[in-house]
Amino acid sequence: MNRRDAVAKLLAARDGALVVTGLGSPSYDVHAAGDRDDNYYLWGAMGGAALVGLGLAQAQPAKRIMVITGDGEQLMAFGALATISVAAPKNLDIIVLDNQHFGETGMQTSHTGRGIDLHSIAAACGFTQTACLRDLAEVDALCETLRQASTGPRLFVLKITAENLPRSLPPRDATFVKTRFRAHLGLSPC
Amino acid sequence: MTQTLPARDLAVDWPVALYVTLKEASVGLMAYVPDAGHSTLINLFGADKDVATNVLTTEEEGIAIAAGAWLGGMRSVVLMQSSGVGNCINMLSLPVQTRMPLLMLVTMRGEWDEFNPWQVPMGRATQAALEAIGVTVLRAETGDDLVETVAQAVTMAFDADQQIAVLIGQRLLGKKKW
Repeated sequence: MNRRDAVAKLLAARDGALVVTGLGSPSYDVHAAGDRDDNYYLWGAMGGAALVGLGLAQAQPAKRIMVITGDGEQLMAFGALATISVAAPKNLDIIVLDNQHFGETGMQTSHTGRGIDLHSIAAACGFTQTACLRDLAEVDALCETLRQASTGPRLFVLKITAENLPRSLPPRDATFVKTRFRAHLGLSPC
Repeated sequence: MTQTLPARDLAVDWPVALYVTLKEASVGLMAYVPDAGHSTLINLFGADKDVATNVLTTEEEGIAIAAGAWLGGMRSVVLMQSSGVGNCINMLSLPVQTRMPLLMLVTMRGEWDEFNPWQVPMGRATQAALEAIGVTVLRAETGDDLVETVAQAVTMAFDADQQIAVLIGQRLLGKKKW
């Protein structure tokens, strides 16, 4: 499926969710759907997206947190799936945009293109709900699922076309994006 | 009749004093890879229903969790042994570049009365590695000094947006018993 179409659907149905994006194309996809104060874009810290989501989920238990990242980024944080499962946040959903390649660095095949299923790993770790989605109709159904409260963390793999779309670049000023995001939550700068 | 509590001996009671200091500073989240030197602090936080505690598979996870917590308005502390500092280096670009508060408490190995040579290289590299990525390093060798150091590190981290690692000297922790 087309990654931008899938992300646009998820964000149109975000319903107040705070969004954290993994570096590279997921950050561009979320930015392409519209730059917002309640988006937190990572430009680095590979392997950190889902864990930033965990810290945010624990600090803001009344908000739903949606992490949108890529297969390469999540593969670097394999152990994070264990840490998140043990922490068991009820308000954290992880969306892995899986093109089975390292798209930013020349489209080398990743582990998910060589037989590793991240949703199965998450299920084995004890995530409350996991699935692998292959078309946009399934994403529509996922939007409905995400509206429902959960008893623990959820992870969904979206199999997307391996292609480098025109970049839609979020701000690279890390303090600006931080301060803007915190202000959205009513938090003041230093 | 009011009971007079015995004065706290910081040479041995420093973990309790650190817990009180961090609680008074409104730290609401603790993440850790265990170390024997942190065991009392880990137990105190673990028993505290008001503090979210996260056991980690690798130390860098705690750096990312601390950043997420701060985005959501929560103060946190990350506990690890010096060997774990090396695992954190690239993830430290997150608090350094975003200028988010970070407070790491690092128990040292490989520097004093150490029996395990495998602990020595990272023990030797800990301070240099942290400073190379842009983290401010403070050290303490006695319980009194440690409590005072952490108290002011809390201010520098959470009020002054600094990334601080407090290294707890192996001389203070004592030889590992096993």
